[in-house]
Amino acid sequence: MSELFKAIQQNRDSILKEWLDSIRAASRRRDLIDDRELEVQTSEVVAAIVDAPAGTTLQDFGAPGWQPLKDLLSSLSASRAALGFTPSETALFVLSLKPALFTIVREQAGNHAEQLFLGVTTVNDFVDRLALHTTDSFISARNQVIARQQEEMLELSTPVVTLWDGIVALPLIGTLDSARTQVVMESLLQAIVQTNSRFAIIDITGVPTVDTLVAQHLLKTITAARLMGAECILSGIRPQIAQTIVHLGINLSDITTKARLADAFKVALERTGRSVTRTTKPAGSVATATREL
Amino acid sequence: MERIPILRMGNFLLVTIQVDMHDKLALTLQDDLTNRIAEVGAKGVLIDISSLEIVDSFIGRTLANIASMARVLDAETVVVGMQPAVAITLVELGMSLPGIHTALNVESGMEFLRQIVPDYREKDDDGDYTED
Amino acid sequence: MGTIQKTETVPIKSGSDVVLVRQRVRAWTIDMKFSLVDQTKIVTAASELARNTLEHGGGGKVELALVNNGTRSGLQLAFSDTGPGIPDVKLALSDGYTSGNGMGLGLGGSKRLMNEFEIETEPGHGTKITCIRWK
Repeated sequence: MSELFKAIQQNRDSILKEWLDSIRAASRRRDLIDDRELEVQTSEVVAAIVDAPAGTTLQDFGAPGWQPLKDLLSSLSASRAALGFTPSETALFVLSLKPALFTIVREQAGNHAEQLFLGVTTVNDFVDRLALHTTDSFISARNQVIARQQEEMLELSTPVVTLWDGIVALPLIGTLDSARTQVVMESLLQAIVQTNSRFAIIDITGVPTVDTLVAQHLLKTITAARLMGAECILSGIRPQIAQTIVHLGINLSDITTKARLADAFKVALERTGRSVTRTTKPAGSVATATREL
Repeated sequence: MERIPILRMGNFLLVTIQVDMHDKLALTLQDDLTNRIAEVGAKGVLIDISSLEIVDSFIGRTLANIASMARVLDAETVVVGMQPAVAITLVELGMSLPGIHTALNVESGMEFLRQIVPDYREKDDDGDYTED
Repeated sequence: MGTIQKTETVPIKSGSDVVLVRQRVRAWTIDMKFSLVDQTKIVTAASELARNTLEHGGGGKVELALVNNGTRSGLQLAFSDTGPGIPDVKLALSDGYTSGNGMGLGLGGSKRLMNEFEIETEPGHGTKITCIRWK
């Protein structure tokens, strides 16, 4: 097979040409990428294949000699994702390298069926791996964008509110998954330190469902806060959630729970030695009057 | 030998852990504290870990041990100032340090100790109640 | 597990080496720009495993490595010793297990703190624990 590789190395130009022809025949997307850029990209890829250090073989895709090629494909993939190519278009870009390499195989093998078969399967596997790697990078780059956007959304949607001196509240809205809970946990604990709050009210009115996983996350947050010296009160537990909690056998006996945030606030005030009393009549009139217009 | 200093404030002992402790230093602290508690009849111990960036299971166990030993000697322990990242990691590690009192900072820690420790008249350093 | 890019080996022969491991791992995590919470998790796991290497493995070493799996990079820690090995890995990984004094959360705990975790061990032939935290 090193003969095959040698043959590939010696036919760089014809491979490049044939590959470009295949790409143009398949789908061009001239709206997304111009011809010159395409030529630059394909020649860089062919160069990375052909210039792999001595000792690198087509069969060993994991060899360090292929790292530059893999890195190149990753960055090509990322730039194509940004340009608006679909994952299959990007994969096709790589897969259309096959005909060009098959040509070399056929020239090399001549009439020898066994050699032909070996050459074709080697090239096939190699290019398939390249395409898969490119697709993985594409997806990974997309995921990173999504993750970053999610993080930004999370930060916007988990504001910690200071209700009073030493009492903060975290109104949770939406579903709680692992990633979200990490961010939520961290921002609550950070807020506790920054505001010197002994009490944190976690309100789950806006959380649609509580399953074992969500409960575990909440419990972890509460335990961490306790280790830091702050007590958490759970509020906004709807009847259905109360039922789920009991059904699932989740043990909340250690934690103060209240149906409403207002009740939780009252408890926190009491525990910090405060109470709310009425001192004078409320300002303004108790009833509203309508006027003739 | 390297030792973590223990300060005395009346009935209470105050320890600030600022260095990255190796195991031996932690054990030495455990010994020193228990000795000192017995020596001065301390009723409360405050351990400030606000500078500790890493609390692993050994240090966690050491803190728990200190609290248990102190309790046997009739002193309450409060650990203050645990950093959020440390708290999160400890929970993930599986340690919740039950039985240890915690507070946000030295001030709240002292407030806590004053609340739970009965009102003893403080003996001075020469062992009696008179100032001379 | 991925291609390795740069490495550093720290011997673990004494209690102060455990502290050195924490410092070196911390330096690497800062370099690799891990978040503060991730840094803490990784350094804590390293501390647990270094201690295990010292106390149960009779001393050994750790190799830190920057790894890349094609799409993201991570920090790999490989602890090895030529000690007695771990006879029952499943038991050792369960929380509360201890063969020494105190609560045995080191092994199971470190596993929870890292993303990938592999143990190679054979009674009488030492132990190698390789774990990775991805960025």
